[in-house]
Amino acid sequence: MIYKAFWRDIRFLQMLAQGIFVILLALAAGYLYVNVTANLQRQGLTVGYGFMKNPASFDIGESYIPYQASDPYQRALIVGVVNTLVVSLVGILLTTIVGVLVGIARLSTNWLVNKLAAAYVGVLRNTPLIIQLMFWYFGVILQLPSVKQAIELPGPAFLTNRGIYLPWTETTATFPAWRMYLILAIISVFVIWFVLQIARSRASIPLSPSWNLSYLVIPVLILWLGAEIQPAPPITPYLPELAGLNFKGGLRLTPEFAALLFGLVLYTGAFIAEIVRAGILAVSRGQVEAARSLGLTNGQTLRLIVFPQALRVIIPPLTSQYLNLAKNSSLAIAIGYPDLFSIAGTVFNQTGAAIEIIVVMMLSYLSLSLFTSLIMNIYNSRTRLVER
Amino acid sequence: MAAIDLRPPRLTVGPLAWVRKNLFSTWYNTALTLGVSWLLYSSLKSAALWSQTEARWGVIEANLTLFMIGQYPREELWRIWLVIYLLAALVGLAWGTWRNAARGFAVMALGAGAAFALICFALNWEAWINWLIADAILLIFFLIGNFLPYASRVTVVGWLLYFPAIFLLVAGSRHIAALPPVEMSAWSGLLLTLLLTIVGNLGSLPLGILLALGRQSKLPIVRYFSIGYIELIRGVPLVTVLYMADILLPLFLPVDVRPDRVIRAMVGFILFEAAYQAENVRGGLQSIHRGQYEAAHALGLSGALTTALIVLPQALRAVVPALFNSFISLFKDTSLVAIIGLFDLLRIARSVIAQPEWLGTHREVYLFAFLIYWGFNLAFTYGNRRVEQALGVGKR
Repeated sequence: MIYKAFWRDIRFLQMLAQGIFVILLALAAGYLYVNVTANLQRQGLTVGYGFMKNPASFDIGESYIPYQASDPYQRALIVGVVNTLVVSLVGILLTTIVGVLVGIARLSTNWLVNKLAAAYVGVLRNTPLIIQLMFWYFGVILQLPSVKQAIELPGPAFLTNRGIYLPWTETTATFPAWRMYLILAIISVFVIWFVLQIARSRASIPLSPSWNLSYLVIPVLILWLGAEIQPAPPITPYLPELAGLNFKGGLRLTPEFAALLFGLVLYTGAFIAEIVRAGILAVSRGQVEAARSLGLTNGQTLRLIVFPQALRVIIPPLTSQYLNLAKNSSLAIAIGYPDLFSIAGTVFNQTGAAIEIIVVMMLSYLSLSLFTSLIMNIYNSRTRLVER
Repeated sequence: MAAIDLRPPRLTVGPLAWVRKNLFSTWYNTALTLGVSWLLYSSLKSAALWSQTEARWGVIEANLTLFMIGQYPREELWRIWLVIYLLAALVGLAWGTWRNAARGFAVMALGAGAAFALICFALNWEAWINWLIADAILLIFFLIGNFLPYASRVTVVGWLLYFPAIFLLVAGSRHIAALPPVEMSAWSGLLLTLLLTIVGNLGSLPLGILLALGRQSKLPIVRYFSIGYIELIRGVPLVTVLYMADILLPLFLPVDVRPDRVIRAMVGFILFEAAYQAENVRGGLQSIHRGQYEAAHALGLSGALTTALIVLPQALRAVVPALFNSFISLFKDTSLVAIIGLFDLLRIARSVIAQPEWLGTHREVYLFAFLIYWGFNLAFTYGNRRVEQALGVGKR
């Protein structure tokens, strides 16, 4: 056995290096701590979350949960989180549709459609989102005609500088009952799946595929029974109409929300389009040829062969685009939509609690990011290629 | 008896065949073409109508200098021109020295200078002659580069000195009489946007390399620290990091140190961008073959020397495209400093709209800013492609 001096032992050296690293980090942290305490003392501030219970005493333009100015700061911040979540979720949904459509248009054999999609992607990807947002907000939505001369679109939907009014639905008295029937129908699908799974494992010969019809028959039966008990429909259309100086009814998108949503969806959609295009191109040509020689139609080839395989390539970068959209929603402050960042900024201006607010803000965005990537990772592991 | 088709075969060449093949191949392609053409026609028509009748383009003409350099003192304007002249000289030198590798870029710079001269000829009388001088300098240095001894070394050193020189010229110094210091709060407009881009990228690269190496390290504490930093920063929006730098940095520094807002924003960009650069560099590090490490070890190089001399040069070359993409996205992201109150191009645009005589010119001004960002990004993308070709990324 060879004996080495301990200062030549790699294990010792590694421990030494880490020890030095920890000491340096601790020194840096200590230095910052000393500075922070000195600065805070000088400004007469204390660190702590006590202020969160004080009344916020500022109004918020739009909120999806009840809020008034006398509510505490923590409530105001929760309003901000909910606003961020709403615009992110709706944005993710819409941008996926836009991105997939443009991505397919980029592969179109139609020269005009192809080039138009390329121009869209090229221009929107290469300019800052914040300018796009400001252009949509100040240059387009606020320049729309006033309520009196509203632009009417089929639906009816109305475009005005006070907001965008869309047809929506209203729940009626039978809605709770119908909601229950719907939940029962969904549960029944899971029960059928479970029962069939057990039956398959026990049966000696494969079950007839016609058993799968039960997935359709039983939920429909439940809903039909529901309709017999409660014949009135659960929802009625709720249309915007001009009443006096403003529109009544329907779904109103505020100018801020509409501009933010529009900007985020179009910007992220341009990135998603490139991802979708790359994903579809990554499916090898032989797959398409094999599908054609099996007699599948164009649509079937795209739906059954190309898309499922492209999805594997698409999902990971798509996840990071969803994350980007959620993070970019913080630019809402430029056009006055009260998202988390903007409300946190107001709270900071009122209380001066810099460290506390920034910690809350960062943790909220971080958990939003981690949660999104968790969901997408689960989905990704389900669509991933199973190596045999 | 089957009828024999006596018609001539369909045309497969020429413009008509091209139109048939690319625009009207099937019934739905025809419908699509017609629908899209109509949409395009009506929107272009209304856009052209707006730009000719309603739009007040005078706002751009009147504020051109403001967009470019913001509050930078007008009597020190010559320093900015000097920065541009130096750039022209270096591009010309690179063209003369490396010929093909730099030709595309140089020709583009020459064209851009000529185009600016043309634009300025109509808008701003004083500026156009300067652009012509810049183009002339470029050509003169192209000739010099052809005959200069050690041209390659001179050019490289020139480029390395260029970035510190920009800051010396823009900021000035108390010790140089010809260059009185300019307050940082006066750095604004497109000038500030470009300075932030340069500082953010060059400053974040070393930190990014360190973080990437840390993430690959065998030492668990170093590794987890790097992972934690990278994932934390990548999980939060840039605005929050900038906000943090703006508000918390003065708190974390000694009581009497109060850096200017521009410095704070630069620190924010460096901290933010470093996490992304680290991920780029990590991609390069992972692409290095195991044999390279083993060969270096066999030659007796220590771990640090292996990293510095063998691994990093190859890794960095492999990630040049990714670094350029970061450069482009940082250029776009600099517009966020408008939120924390710095007068970059975007914020200047907003203040121009707020001028009483130009109220309501949102579309004109934002379109102009939009075009500037877009133009620069096109140039960067082109430069990226040329550099990739010159380095032979993915070929060697």
